Amino acid sequence: MTLTPVDMDAIRLSAKVAVTATLASLPFGFLAAYFLTFGRFRGKSVLDAMVNLPLTLPPVVIGYLLLLLLGKKGWIGSLLDQVGVRIVFTWQAGAIASAVVGFPLLVRSVRIGMESIDEKLIQASRTLGANWHDTLLTVILPLSVRGIVAGSALMFARSLGEFGATIMVAGNIPGVTQTMPLAIYEYASSPGGERAALTLCLVAILLSCAVLVFHEYLGGKLARRD
Amino acid sequence: MELRATVMKSFGGFSLNADITASGTRLGIFGASGSGKSTMVNLLAGTESPDCGSIHLDGECLYSSRMKINVPPQGRRIAIVFQRPHLFPHLSVRGNLLYGFKRCAPGNRKIDLGSLAGILKLEGLLERGVNNLSGGEKQRVAIGRAMLSNPRLLLMDEPLSALDDELKFQIIPYLRTVCEEFGIPFVFISHSMIEMQLMADSVLSFENGSCTAMTSVEDLARRSMGKSQVGYINLLRVGKPLRSNGLNVYAWGGGELFISAQRDVAEGIFELSSRNIILFKKHPEAISARNLLRCRVSGTFAAGNKVGIELDCGGERLIAEVVREAASELEIREGAELFAAIKATAFRHLA
Repeated sequence: MTLTPVDMDAIRLSAKVAVTATLASLPFGFLAAYFLTFGRFRGKSVLDAMVNLPLTLPPVVIGYLLLLLLGKKGWIGSLLDQVGVRIVFTWQAGAIASAVVGFPLLVRSVRIGMESIDEKLIQASRTLGANWHDTLLTVILPLSVRGIVAGSALMFARSLGEFGATIMVAGNIPGVTQTMPLAIYEYASSPGGERAALTLCLVAILLSCAVLVFHEYLGGKLARRD
Repeated sequence: MELRATVMKSFGGFSLNADITASGTRLGIFGASGSGKSTMVNLLAGTESPDCGSIHLDGECLYSSRMKINVPPQGRRIAIVFQRPHLFPHLSVRGNLLYGFKRCAPGNRKIDLGSLAGILKLEGLLERGVNNLSGGEKQRVAIGRAMLSNPRLLLMDEPLSALDDELKFQIIPYLRTVCEEFGIPFVFISHSMIEMQLMADSVLSFENGSCTAMTSVEDLARRSMGKSQVGYINLLRVGKPLRSNGLNVYAWGGGELFISAQRDVAEGIFELSSRNIILFKKHPEAISARNLLRCRVSGTFAAGNKVGIELDCGGERLIAEVVREAASELEIREGAELFAAIKATAFRHLA
């Protein structure tokens, strides 16, 4: 069982895509969870539905919609094209696909953390002189760290396995956009590739285990701090 | 402190309709649960907004629906001590205490951590986390946190009701001393008459979402004697016991008071219900009650079907209650001399 340079590229790329997607989503996910938990505004249920939609839509549909949006003739793609930026069929497109698919998982976890915060703590902080963004940073953020950690781990793991949306919007170009699941798919569908496919499967299992163990470790550490 | 509020607020079938003018440094808000006390607290602190009306504190407008003014909570400088401590679990005792202090304009910082920690006896706890403190320690930290934000008004929303009796009367002296020491006016909210008597001078009472005029605590206590199950609660302040042999003997009203109390009860406040005082017109020869006090009637008042009798016992004041028939039979009128018998076990130590 050996890994070829192409396999190594796929592993590296998967990690890069998952890390980028998770880190880039964190601030937005945190804010979305905040508004969905504490906000009182019109159209809250619409925002809720929008955030959760990718959870129920087939990833291929998401990928196709992203392709339409980011492609040369799409709303965003045409604007970016004017400044000479191309997104589709790059690893960044893979990261965007992963971010969209994983976003509801992140928001849900953070929300569960926020909903468990005692509302009186927020009232206390406000009457002690903190304005809303001060309260957000000094009370709500530290008290939802466990939800954020859980959500990030979930989203990272989901991004590592992203297939349908990625292949639509980023393609399957070895060394450029070919992440682990895409490489496994290619090995499995070509004759004699079973062994290589299995090797990468093993790597995927190990990575997933590592994420879960790290998540447990961090969760335990945070629980002890309380 | 001068407070003027005319507010209306409806939600879930309940409506609050209060028109308040109050002044003084020790104000009480009294009422049963569900009478609108806590809603009033939230409206004053700004964590909720009235449907309409206005709120003025010391001449400054905090809320006015007509002028579209609504000062946010952080701009009002009104701190709250809640029913439960609600300390920030991710901060140490010091971090909790300083939360409001750091957010207070330097010009307003009159109370500092050092002097406050001394009064609340928190010096040894500063570096500890808040999750392993005892109930009393937590509530003391909550009081300190509110005081250190250097508020111009402190709202205490039933700060004692989550504590057991013993702890409750341990916390009261802290509440009184910090507010007196630093000259912070407060509004004390409670449904307990005895807490009101211990904490406030004048009271606004709330009933079914509306508020009656301001009265003194004494008037309120006398008026509610008729309805109350426990009668009027006399509070007796005594010094160190003169001697102790089974019964503690205290100097009180120019004579001696025999109280059956635990040995370690040194000084403080005892409560005595008006129902536990028996009145005699003449000196009874022999009686099992350990206290027989000669006293003079200094006033009477009607409360329901009972008559409250204000007694002057060597300069100290006691309120006793009797039914109307008994009052006329004993020919009780101002200036009459009576004997009051009180069992040594009728007293309860508070603080």
